[in-house]
Amino acid sequence: MSRIEARFQSRFGAFALDAEFRMPGRGVTALFGPSGSGKTTLLRLIAGLARAPGRLVVNGEVWQDEKTFLPTPRRALGYVFQEASLFPHLSVRGNLDYGWQRVPAGERTLNREDVIGWLGLDSLIDRMPHQLSGGQRQRVALGRALLSCPRLLLMDEPMAALDANARAEILPYLERLHRELALPVLYVSHALDEVARLADHLLLIEAGRITYQGPLAQGLTRLDLPLAHRDLAATVLDAVVVGQDAGLQLTRVASGSVELELAGLHGRPGEPLRVRVAARDVSLALAMPQQTSILNLLPAEVEELAEDAPGQVLVKLALGERPLLARITRKSAQLLKLEKGVRVIAQVKSVAVA
Amino acid sequence: MPLPALDHTAILLTLKLATATTLLLLLIATPLAWWLTHTHARLRAVVTALVSLPLVLPPTVLGFYLLVLLGPNGLVGGWMLALGLETLPFTFGGLVVGSVVFSLPFAVQPLANAFAAIGARPLEVAATLRASPWDRFFSIAMPLARPGFVTAAVLAFAHTVGEFGVVLMLGGNIPGETRVLSVAIYDHVEALEYAEAHVLSAGLVAFSFVVLLLLGKRGGQWQRMPA
Repeated sequence: MSRIEARFQSRFGAFALDAEFRMPGRGVTALFGPSGSGKTTLLRLIAGLARAPGRLVVNGEVWQDEKTFLPTPRRALGYVFQEASLFPHLSVRGNLDYGWQRVPAGERTLNREDVIGWLGLDSLIDRMPHQLSGGQRQRVALGRALLSCPRLLLMDEPMAALDANARAEILPYLERLHRELALPVLYVSHALDEVARLADHLLLIEAGRITYQGPLAQGLTRLDLPLAHRDLAATVLDAVVVGQDAGLQLTRVASGSVELELAGLHGRPGEPLRVRVAARDVSLALAMPQQTSILNLLPAEVEELAEDAPGQVLVKLALGERPLLARITRKSAQLLKLEKGVRVIAQVKSVAVA
Repeated sequence: MPLPALDHTAILLTLKLATATTLLLLLIATPLAWWLTHTHARLRAVVTALVSLPLVLPPTVLGFYLLVLLGPNGLVGGWMLALGLETLPFTFGGLVVGSVVFSLPFAVQPLANAFAAIGARPLEVAATLRASPWDRFFSIAMPLARPGFVTAAVLAFAHTVGEFGVVLMLGGNIPGETRVLSVAIYDHVEALEYAEAHVLSAGLVAFSFVVLLLLGKRGGQWQRMPA
């Protein structure tokens, strides 16, 4: 399977970067970390916009090593910046075609009209950048990057500069990108909900070092990593819609052997749906409760416990192969005598679409 | 009143000089301004100061040194003689060289400001869209710096039309060759032909005013304080 391997070591003033990672050759890899941790620096190094000693191989092609340094225009990459950065002197069409015209015809892996239609840009094609809203601009920037037919798409917090409405407008497009293109995407973010919604793979970076690399679901639930201890800590499950009840307005999804019900009608039967369960919405019981309002009662096994906020304990459960986080009080953990291997019933109060 | 034929020649010569100077200046000032806005070399400060010298020096000083340099005993002049070329002082070519030096800061500064105003981002974006450095310069930097090019061209042209000291030192007063407008006015005044001097002077005032007015309409050299 194709993949990207990177290793950079450098010192920028007081900031030391020492990052080594691999990411899969398809799907969205989130690069997550606090501001100042080196996310943007890493992206710029991958793009060749900045230079530091290291090694970078993308799908077998060496972009950088001891002897090689491909200049940015010779790297088949797309870069979506935090601000759309459209060329102000070119129309939407001119912006979209800028990269497209510079791709040799034989290397064009996408259909221009598909991308334009797909991002809903037909009606905007003759406008100038200053006539567009923030969300529209970012859509054009995404289309422009895609039309340069990249083999790696870099996105540097593409939604950070947008307000909530524009964010809601552009998210579906990003999800579609995720679903329909095999293109590997490295997505920088410090918004956990975005990551939970879009990413498959996770790179955690802290002070210039990669502290975790692996599948998203594991990264979110590792108790030795900071993500699980956030207020909004959650488990993400990639599921398939297996049924809907229009009368009760309920959707049933399955992720492997785990079945969950969530309020509202989402997707269509057979369609994939990513759901998330907040750690604070999971409570534990030792026996199957009777006559409860909680719909999702899942047999699970305690795998690990960790101290959390004062008086609280974070419990990592195993639902078969899948992890699930529960945040309960220390008192409850003592009362239930929770420890590794104890079998419990996880009561999931609410499941949300990620 | 009808102007003497000599004055017509002077007007035409002035326009020819200003046009040649402006074209040459754009060719020289563009790479220079680009280098000044993109280099990290220590030489940058030195070059900036050198380019700005004509702003503060009396034109006679510039003219004097150019005369020495380009004359038969000067470094450049001797070299040109050795190559079998004519020396430049007291020729139209000499005036062009003098005007280019004299107006260099007026072309470099607006261009450097315009290039700096573009910022690094659009050029970086273009690089990620597979544009080579030359391609980026022509497809992004030039169009975005267009106001800077207009300002540079207009200022270089107008400043050349108005020059006097350098011309006098370097070009003398040869009709059809080096006798430009400002020199013609000086001659008229010396000869107490105030009427002729008035016509040429008023024409120059009107020309300069219109140029500055048009330039001001384009956003101008001086920004108004934000309200």
